[in-house]
Amino acid sequence: MLTDIFPILSALRRHRLTASLVVLEIALTCAIVCNAIFLISDRLGQLSLPSGIDEQNVVHIAVSDIGKFGDAHARTETDLAALREIPGVVSATILNSVPFGPLSWNSGIRLTATQKVSTVDSGNLYGEQAGETLGTRLVAGRYFNPDEYVWLDDVIAHRSKQPGVVVITQALAHRVFGDGSALGKSIYIGDATELRVVGVVEHLARAGMHDRNGIDFSTLIPLRETTATNGSFVIRTQPGQAGQVLTRAVEKLKEIEPRRVVVEQDTYGEIRAKHFAGDRAMAGMLVGVCVILLIVTALGIVGLASFWVGQRRRQIGVRRALGARRVDVLRYFQTENFLLASMGIVLGMVLAYGINLVLMREYELPRLPFVYLPVGAAVLWALGQVAVLAPALRAASVSPVVATRG
Amino acid sequence: MFGYYVELALRSLKRSRALTALMILAIALGIGACMTTLTVLHVLSGDPLPGRSGSLFYPQLDPRDMTDYEPGTDLPDQITWVDGMNLLHSRRADRQALMVGGQVATQTADQRTDPFFTQARYTTADFFPMFDTPFRYGHAWSATEDDARSRVAVISSELNDRLFNGQDSTGRTVRADGNDLRVIGVLRHWRPVPHFFDLNMGNYSGSEDIYVPLGTARDLHLARMGGISCWGKGSGEEDKMETAECTWLQFWVQLDSPAKATAYRDFLTHYAQEQKAAGRFQRPVSVRMLDLMGWMNDQQVVPGDVRLQAWLALGFFAVCLINTIGLMLAKFMRRSGELSVRRALGASRGSVFMQLLMEAGMVGAVGGLAGLFLAWLGLWLVRLQPAMYAQLAHLDVPMLCLTIALAIGATLLAGVLPAWRACHVAPALQLKSQ
Repeated sequence: MLTDIFPILSALRRHRLTASLVVLEIALTCAIVCNAIFLISDRLGQLSLPSGIDEQNVVHIAVSDIGKFGDAHARTETDLAALREIPGVVSATILNSVPFGPLSWNSGIRLTATQKVSTVDSGNLYGEQAGETLGTRLVAGRYFNPDEYVWLDDVIAHRSKQPGVVVITQALAHRVFGDGSALGKSIYIGDATELRVVGVVEHLARAGMHDRNGIDFSTLIPLRETTATNGSFVIRTQPGQAGQVLTRAVEKLKEIEPRRVVVEQDTYGEIRAKHFAGDRAMAGMLVGVCVILLIVTALGIVGLASFWVGQRRRQIGVRRALGARRVDVLRYFQTENFLLASMGIVLGMVLAYGINLVLMREYELPRLPFVYLPVGAAVLWALGQVAVLAPALRAASVSPVVATRG
Repeated sequence: MFGYYVELALRSLKRSRALTALMILAIALGIGACMTTLTVLHVLSGDPLPGRSGSLFYPQLDPRDMTDYEPGTDLPDQITWVDGMNLLHSRRADRQALMVGGQVATQTADQRTDPFFTQARYTTADFFPMFDTPFRYGHAWSATEDDARSRVAVISSELNDRLFNGQDSTGRTVRADGNDLRVIGVLRHWRPVPHFFDLNMGNYSGSEDIYVPLGTARDLHLARMGGISCWGKGSGEEDKMETAECTWLQFWVQLDSPAKATAYRDFLTHYAQEQKAAGRFQRPVSVRMLDLMGWMNDQQVVPGDVRLQAWLALGFFAVCLINTIGLMLAKFMRRSGELSVRRALGASRGSVFMQLLMEAGMVGAVGGLAGLFLAWLGLWLVRLQPAMYAQLAHLDVPMLCLTIALAIGATLLAGVLPAWRACHVAPALQLKSQ
């Protein structure tokens, strides 16, 4: 096989234009496919980001009141008491937002009261027993005591003082306090309120759109939410009862107050699917483009190889007449394709890194991992060999007698 | 001569059907992918108010305190009530409007009908002439009604269809959150893309259904929606929004000449200096006033994925074109013999070249048509996607013409190199070797 390389190279030199077209096509395909596959794995990676909650058994209901109603606190207590009575309900509360939901509350976190610029930005989750209801996993410390909660609307109207305790995620604790334990340490949020960390949860994803580095920076603050301040109902159910409980809960809420409108009712799975719908669609599109691109390239190789075989029929005949076996002719075309593909792959890898650099700058994508290079190379080598097989077999079947004709 | 070339091209294309089909397929796929993504990009990055956007500006101030101050930080995206009202009442621009989005439960005066939630916009009077909203019935309100906080409303034609069966509803009553408002105008269908005047509602959200004077909405405590950003003692408490240290309104001005725009910028700087001197503003004076398209650009309205897709499609098209060049080269070179005979019989190099280009052009035309079909299919697929902008993806006439032109142009370009090579084959050598 090696002995073939020099004659092949000198033959290619005589077809410089066609050869360079094939190399260019393979290079572009290689560069695009490498980056596309990287993007796909990046998007799929986002799809599996943990929310940190008991996803299977959480349901969410958003209501909107028409007109003004009386005491928001009393109404909240009534609503929640009624919801907790529904069979299959483990826990019910009102939260300001849900992980990966559309509505987000964020604030800057500072380490001292006088610090000018926030250390990091975090998502805040309010609601009585928010962690217990969502089913986050406590890895250190505790959740809140009943006497630590105050009403959010009272805090907004300056009728109550902000609570002084907070539960944060592991990721946030690590970002703010490094490797040491966060328990007992303080952070500052908003207008210099000191919050002492009493608990740390494993994961709790933020609501709204955030990059993956910040998605797990969340705090739980002991504020009681009401629907009047845009909170929505969140219920954890016993396993397998999410669907029934959701229907029953909506009925119950309408029963208590017929004048309110249920704006959203979904299981947590639906909220998550909605959040990642764009990423999933993009990944699907990229897969489609890769497949079509590889097919087009393969067809291009078939076309050009066929042309070469047709053009060289006489030379092949001469070689056969001089004693070359069929398999030698077959090998010749396969080696030729391998060489072209290799040149394309080398060029393509350089191009792939170039494109990746641009993507890193424009889309905050990580660097293309090295593993994509051998994989991409293998895919294109295989593609080339498959594509060239039919024309090469046709070449191998050229009879030696062709040499004596014409 | 033209007809003869067409006939020759057809014959040649028919002779190698597989190769021809392959070329057409490659062009069609490339064009289809390109036009699908470019159409989406074209729709999303379009000018919402062509001819008018150049004279619309979005002034920004920085009323925040020194907490979190870093030199060079971005200015707030919105404006406070105090600043908005000050700028509005100073009337230094040709037109100016202060606004915020909201959501109200809407019904007619007929109590038996069920109320439903609609998107609302609370704004001052210049909104309508400034953004050139088309009216189907009636008219907009004026500054007098703004000041009097009159109970009036302008509704969209969609809401008019739903509430009043599309009849002229001016003078009738629409109930918003239980408050009676008199309809004084009905808009025609109006959906600027993007929803430029308030991006908090979603970059490509649909237009509002009910428009109420800003003062009236505040009087009636109609529910506000959109972004809000507070500092210091600002807490977002609804009853104190007029004095709160929060930015929550959008303020737009119309300035009809560059000189006026410069003068308004100076006025803004002067205003900020005054506020700082009075102690209301604390940060170093910084103002900005982008025009409409500049603001869209600054806010990165077009989703990054859409741009990425367009680049991807262009790359894909490049591969398809290289593919076509290669195939065409193979095809033309295979016919060296035939071309040499024509040359030997007296055809000039130019006419052989033209003949080959004709062949390339025909492949391009057919590929373009097939690509158009694929683009139409692609856009249909895009419309099935969940994004808010998806439903806007439609092929328009300029994009349609561009598709065909791009297909033929690209294929001709792809044909030039192979045709050039083919018509430079020396006829004598070629004929001798046969």
